[in-house]
Amino acid sequence: MPRKSAAAEEVGIDIDEDVSDSDDGDNRRRANRRQGGGRGGGRGGARGRGRGKKADSDEEEDDEDEAPKGRGRGGNRRRPANKRGAGRNNDDDSEDEAPKKKRGGAANRRKGGKAQESEEDSEAEKGKKGRKGGKKGGKEEDNGKGKKGDAKGKNKGKDKDDDKDKKKKKKKDDSSSDSNSNSDEEEESMSEGEMARLMEEVEEKKKLIANIRNKPWRMKRRLVLLKEAQQFVDKFEGALGKGKGRKWYAYKVMMTKKWIKFQRDFENFRTACIPWERKIKEVESHFGSSVASYFIFLRWMYGMNLVLFGLTFGLVVIPEVLMGLPYGSIPRKTVPRAEQPTAQDYSVLMDFNGYCKYSVLFYGYYNNQRTIGLLKFRLPLSYLLVGIGSFGYSLMLVIRTMAKNADVGGGDGEEGEFTFAWKMFTSWDYLIGNAETADNKYASITTSFKESIVDEQENQKDENIHLRRFLRVLANFMITCSLGGSGYLIYFVVKRSQEFANRTDLSWYEKNELELIMSLLGLVCPPLFETIAELEDYHPRIALKWQLGRIFALFLGNLYTFLFALFDEVNTKLDEEESIKNASIWAMKEYYANYSRLLNDSDSTPPPMDPGDVIRGPCWETAVGIEFVKLTVSDIQVTYLTILIGDFARAVIVRFLNYCWCWDLEAGFPSYGEFDISGNVLGLVFNQGMIWMGAFYAPGLVGINVLRLLSSMYYQCWAVMATNVPHERVFKASKSNNFYMGLLLLILFLSLLPVVYTIMTLPPSFDCGPFSGKAKMFDVIMETIDLDLPAFMGTLFSYAANPGLIIPAVLLMVLAIYYLNSVSEAYQNSNMELKKKMQMARDEEKNRRNNKDSTNQVMKDLEDLMPNRSLSPPAPPEPEKPPEPEAKPTKTKPGSAGKGVNLQKDVTLASPNPNARGPIDRPPGPRGPGPGPRGPGPGAGGGRGRGRGPPPR
Amino acid sequence: MGNKQTIFTDEQLDAYQDCTFFTRKEILRLHSRYHELAPHLVPMDYTNEPDCKLPLALIVDMPELKENPFRNRIVESFSEDGMGNLSFNEFVDMFSVLSEMAPRELKAIYAFKIYDFNVDNYLCKEDLEKTLNRLTKEELTPEEVELVCEKTIEEADLDGDNKLSYADFENMISRAPDFLSTFHIRI
Repeated sequence: MPRKSAAAEEVGIDIDEDVSDSDDGDNRRRANRRQGGGRGGGRGGARGRGRGKKADSDEEEDDEDEAPKGRGRGGNRRRPANKRGAGRNNDDDSEDEAPKKKRGGAANRRKGGKAQESEEDSEAEKGKKGRKGGKKGGKEEDNGKGKKGDAKGKNKGKDKDDDKDKKKKKKKDDSSSDSNSNSDEEEESMSEGEMARLMEEVEEKKKLIANIRNKPWRMKRRLVLLKEAQQFVDKFEGALGKGKGRKWYAYKVMMTKKWIKFQRDFENFRTACIPWERKIKEVESHFGSSVASYFIFLRWMYGMNLVLFGLTFGLVVIPEVLMGLPYGSIPRKTVPRAEQPTAQDYSVLMDFNGYCKYSVLFYGYYNNQRTIGLLKFRLPLSYLLVGIGSFGYSLMLVIRTMAKNADVGGGDGEEGEFTFAWKMFTSWDYLIGNAETADNKYASITTSFKESIVDEQENQKDENIHLRRFLRVLANFMITCSLGGSGYLIYFVVKRSQEFANRTDLSWYEKNELELIMSLLGLVCPPLFETIAELEDYHPRIALKWQLGRIFALFLGNLYTFLFALFDEVNTKLDEEESIKNASIWAMKEYYANYSRLLNDSDSTPPPMDPGDVIRGPCWETAVGIEFVKLTVSDIQVTYLTILIGDFARAVIVRFLNYCWCWDLEAGFPSYGEFDISGNVLGLVFNQGMIWMGAFYAPGLVGINVLRLLSSMYYQCWAVMATNVPHERVFKASKSNNFYMGLLLLILFLSLLPVVYTIMTLPPSFDCGPFSGKAKMFDVIMETIDLDLPAFMGTLFSYAANPGLIIPAVLLMVLAIYYLNSVSEAYQNSNMELKKKMQMARDEEKNRRNNKDSTNQVMKDLEDLMPNRSLSPPAPPEPEKPPEPEAKPTKTKPGSAGKGVNLQKDVTLASPNPNARGPIDRPPGPRGPGPGPRGPGPGAGGGRGRGRGPPPR
Repeated sequence: MGNKQTIFTDEQLDAYQDCTFFTRKEILRLHSRYHELAPHLVPMDYTNEPDCKLPLALIVDMPELKENPFRNRIVESFSEDGMGNLSFNEFVDMFSVLSEMAPRELKAIYAFKIYDFNVDNYLCKEDLEKTLNRLTKEELTPEEVELVCEKTIEEADLDGDNKLSYADFENMISRAPDFLSTFHIRI
């Protein structure tokens, strides 16, 4: 930096003082140029810029650091020159040729230089040297003109060389403080070393021009330096970037900008496409990522259900509505005559009986016609495939999400070394310009700090490990006991209810015993578990997982009883069906017999029986579907009511009764509710299980669920923001939501079992649903294979179904799993290894960085940027002044100190009121203990002063 | 700019383009923004580089900065006198550094300056406390603030002097994933 400024000074003197008087220099120069170069003004500017860019593109791959170049002068010298020569060759080969011939036996290096000259020559010939001519004044212009006249004159070339040399040498002397040996031979022809140095200097300046925007300097200084550098380059190199290169560069820059903008827009668009992002962010900023993780899970669930909904409605429901037989055409699509009077009652509809039962929502409505409509849509096949496909899709999606989450968790989970520092310095988004967003951001930053603090405290906790272990074992024991107890209770109650089923004289309690016990368990156990979990004293995140797992185990009992009851019902219906089937056939025959007897005409075909009168079976599939729909709807009601009463009413009471109550309700006993993460997540998971199980028997269920999730999103978002308070210890959600996903996967598997069981083994009802009349539901596939596919496919399938083929296939799969597993393990190991290596490399880098000069340069720049104020306040008070000179030598050279201080004074005089802020901003407290930190202050001032030495005034 | 009044000479515009990450148009827009802040103070004609500075209070009121908890520090860091008075040059400088195109190294230097409240070229505990309190609107308890500041220094301090030098800061920030995306202002 001192070098630069000194150089600047010299230049100021040397070059017709066009820096030192740059105040009005602009105007003058412009005028000058207008006279000299005609349209040079515009072009000069453009060229100057182009040159910078060209240089930039040239050296993009070069090392950005100037240091090695400066040091390795001997070694590197040749490179830039040659390179430039070569680069130039592309542009103006012919012009390059001529001088080469002239100076026949020149060395390689000289060729580079020559190339440069030839460039200048060519420029001069064109006579449009705007900037160059203008800046250099008449002398140079004369030169140029002369050259124009006598382009081949060797002497002229020499002249110019000398001319240049003179200038160059001066500059070189001050700038690169190592060369003054050769300065005597100024007037002689330039030596190769000189030439190379010149080239290097020019190169350096060009680099500076290209990179000046990246330098942490004050704008003013940058402008001055830029001007200097441009002049320098102009003078000694001539215009560089012309034509192609410049345009290409400009094009590249433009495209980069466009690309960045496009990326930004695309990113915006993508985030705009994610629904509820802002809502969730808002919740997250107030309640922490753990609560937000529930909503993210909910959103994910919504997405999955939308796809299921699309499948079911697009391939089953809508085809049936559009192309199938209309309502009332056949018995299964008609409400029986006995039920017709009440079929439209509200209470009946609420129980999903009446018109609801015989609607497209349920299994029974679908006809077993093999193809429907003009498109020959195979509805039964489609029904079965959609049923299986939605399971397949869910399974795939859950597993894929889990894999992706695991990836995320492993990817940046290790990057924990700067948690707080990053939060501190990079969490504020400088783009925020909206007050509301800003408030949210403040909240979210606070929350995230709190989360990290909790994590940190957890790490720091030093504990009695034995006591802790004992307590944890105890807690687990107690919870296992209570789980076992409740399991036994459920078993006992279910058994008893089967006994009750045979009796008729049941009291109200006996009738509802099962439900009562179940809900009681659901009510009592979770808080009990939570209390016991206090003993364990886990981190809240881990505690949440335990809690989830335990309640899940408890609720499995629920599921088990439900399924148990359901299969009981199905079995009785199946028994019933046999007799009804016979009865209905009997009734049909009777009807025909009566008809033909009445008309005495055995030939005429009787009109079909009224569909309302046909005797029909119980249709167990629809019954099961109704059961699931009812369950889902009641679940929705309960959930919503719980929120309304448990949270909203409580919040209202606490809020308004607090004015007239004897203790503080808000802080004391009832307080506001916390958001129950585990309960809500489990509710969601079990609800999804119901949907999976029920969707096969009630296609409409998926639609209901989509509505539920949609409304739940808004409702719960509102509820949590309006009525809940954040958890006492806001904790960070685990990076991957894989625990939720794991629960979901388990439920998916559990709900897959009964459905597959019914599809594969139970006979479908004889008179309702798409599979009526078949022995098994999957027979519809066999039928399709037999009828619609070519014969060889059938044989192919029969081979494929051969156990001889299936067993090896299964074996193969097991082997594949084993192989992939071991491969992934190996990858994991190598991953760990690489991470370790990276860590080591980082440490090394740290050490190197700590004692390298390159940081010193940055430090100097930093000090340079220090405001002058850093020196001005201490100036008036007396005792602090003395230590400064002592501190200074460590940072800057003593010689420059005086100058720096003087300059400082000037500036402080200029600035409005130096002392006004001083006392406020720098209280004596912090200043006292820091003579160390204060050291750089004055030094910086000095540096700054020197840096600004040459500027215009 | 057609027949409009010239604000800058071509040369000035070129120089600004070389020194910043802005295009011609953006520089002109910056000027108009600067002009809007104090129409009676800022001349429309900048060809002869008038000496004119706007005080901190005016600049901090820009919508881009208004909500920023560090707005005063940003402006002060970029002002030559350290008091937040910005000339047009410094104004352009500020938005250039905060622009999207600015490289990480440059941004890191200015970020360091911004967070260095007491301008001693080190981020000491006092600076961190101020930063934290501005980030959280002083919602954390003193103990928590203490803990966070300690942890921050512990994490980032390489040379063990209990304060963060620029080298420490740069090392830390160069690996921060969000730094580039958050430390910029669109104008």
